[in-house]
Amino acid sequence: MQSVSARPNTYRAGPDEEGYFGLYGGRYVAETLMPLILAVEKAYSQAKADPSFQAELDYYLRDYVGRPSPLYFAEPMTRHYGGAKIYFKRDELNHTGAHKINNCLGQALVARRMGKTRIIAETGAGQHGVATATVAARFGMSCTIYMGEIDIARQKPNVFRMKLLGAEVKPVSSGSRTLKDAMNEALRAWVSDVEDTFYIIGTVAGPHPYPAMVRDFQSVIGKEAREQMQEREGRLPDTLVAAIGGGSNAMGLFHPFLDEDAVRMIGVEAGGGGVETGRHAASIIGGRPGVLHGNRTYLLQDDDGQITEAHSISAGLDYPGIGPEHSWLHDQGRVEFVSVTDTEALDAFQLCTRLEGIIPALEPSHALAHVGKIAGDLPKDHLLLMNLCGRGDKDIFAVAERLGFDI
Amino acid sequence: MSRIARRFAKLSAEGRAGLVTFITAGDPDLSVSAEILAGLPKAGADLIELGMPFSDPMADGPSIEAAGHRALKAGTTLRRVLAMAAGFRKGDTETPLILMGYFNPIYSYGVERFAVDAVSAGVDGVIVVDLPPEVDAELRVPAVVAGLEVIRLATPTTDSVRLPRVLDGAGGFLYYVAIAGVTGTKRAAIGDIAAAVARLKASTALPIAVGFGIRDPESAAAVARYADASVVGSAIVDRIAHGLDETGKPGPALIGDVLSFVASLAAGVRGARVQAAQ
Repeated sequence: MQSVSARPNTYRAGPDEEGYFGLYGGRYVAETLMPLILAVEKAYSQAKADPSFQAELDYYLRDYVGRPSPLYFAEPMTRHYGGAKIYFKRDELNHTGAHKINNCLGQALVARRMGKTRIIAETGAGQHGVATATVAARFGMSCTIYMGEIDIARQKPNVFRMKLLGAEVKPVSSGSRTLKDAMNEALRAWVSDVEDTFYIIGTVAGPHPYPAMVRDFQSVIGKEAREQMQEREGRLPDTLVAAIGGGSNAMGLFHPFLDEDAVRMIGVEAGGGGVETGRHAASIIGGRPGVLHGNRTYLLQDDDGQITEAHSISAGLDYPGIGPEHSWLHDQGRVEFVSVTDTEALDAFQLCTRLEGIIPALEPSHALAHVGKIAGDLPKDHLLLMNLCGRGDKDIFAVAERLGFDI
Repeated sequence: MSRIARRFAKLSAEGRAGLVTFITAGDPDLSVSAEILAGLPKAGADLIELGMPFSDPMADGPSIEAAGHRALKAGTTLRRVLAMAAGFRKGDTETPLILMGYFNPIYSYGVERFAVDAVSAGVDGVIVVDLPPEVDAELRVPAVVAGLEVIRLATPTTDSVRLPRVLDGAGGFLYYVAIAGVTGTKRAAIGDIAAAVARLKASTALPIAVGFGIRDPESAAAVARYADASVVGSAIVDRIAHGLDETGKPGPALIGDVLSFVASLAAGVRGARVQAAQ
């Protein structure tokens, strides 16, 4: 383990061989899983070094996912706030409606190389579950998705999509019955079926190599955005904003820019009812370091080290942890972390829908709400890039209920 | 010689395997749990694993997960688990006591402080399910300094390439998890267990305790013919759950029922090799 120190030569070298980003990360899993995790690490590093793997991934990203996703100048929102030029990276236009597919595709190709025939995954909002079920269908693998009972109730359309895609959706009734518990159950299932099964973790968390592997697959977002902004404005953006639950869309956007000192980065956590109320999902702002789900990272926990329940209107952000690389970037001071409440996110959701004609998912609505807080005070030539990482079709029932509409 | 080593030496001198019993500290509440704990040696437990409850027990099945939630609801904290251990040790100076659980509560408590406090509470060893050899130095080093043995786990997926890594630094005894799975679910075939124990014995002088999937006196006895100890957890915890009334309160027969079940397991284990020899 390295200790936290002054600015490193690069922010992009991690993790180390044992999977640590400074203090964070690692491989805190049961012995039964350890050989599997080592096998995944080996298979992934071989794939990464194999040009045919990258070519295959690029092919599917282009023709199946629809990449590159556009960089869109959000002129109405820019006018509305009267400050910075606001751009959206439109990952909500991807096949399946969110950034999640970038990672699922990559991991499914790794699973295929390993000869695995069965895929399991956890899901919160259902976006990762749908993306996983999609790639499983495409590559003819059987698929089981673990999903908390509460999330099943608030994300019915995605549950049905997963079933249509041929996946089995297993309701998880333990604990808080949300994403955290779905991840526990998926890990248990993996321990119990080690031979044929590959676990596609949906975010930049979990035991090494997952945080690095998922980041690498999601970095296509930031790589494209860099080129697109260069082409469009002749320079790099000034500020990047992204919503953070586990943090995969944010890490995908941020990572290619980490060594650009002039680029400011802001991760927006889910503040739920307000961080001061204790009912939130802001792990960095309202948590402290601990060990869960295979990695050391900032977690919501009580004084005894018991994990506490996260609360957010967004099922995709409703998780008491965050990827370990974010924890490290926070301690380094490289990325700023802020929080946005449920109400602020809902307001941003409606504003974007009416002004831009784009229904954003509740997850990026958090990022949008923060954009709204800062854009007006920034100069007109300031380039503010937000990751619009998912579309909101899945959320219309939850939003209608919250706004008092009966649909 | 440590208390764990002394106990295995005694078992070996008696020509029999031991019974290791698991309960979660604070299940169903702190006082009933302390009474069960105090009664275990007399009921025939040779070593005791005391679970430190955790909100997210990823390697456990529904029984032990529910036990942990009952214990947490009853106000169990790591500090109270250590107090319970100290209370047990006042009445029993010989039965090894091993804490078992997950890393985060220990990390939150402070690893060095935990090791020191556990030893002064009379705890002999610790098993931390989510600390594989690759990452356990942060606990193992302060534990060894304090005199707390860190017990490692081997599983059906621990192949011959990996086994030396598991054995290097292992203390107390080696805990063989008989199935690839979570606690209280599948059962392993006895032939597979015998083969695994033989394989492990060829690589280490540590005693081998076998757990996961041992649910009754017969299966405890079957394992005791090959291993140095049989570990029973979920089946005991199920007895505790069974003794609760519909509001979750312990019924009058609970403690007696749990301890007589343990006594039946102990009889199975004690008779195993005699029976096998006949």
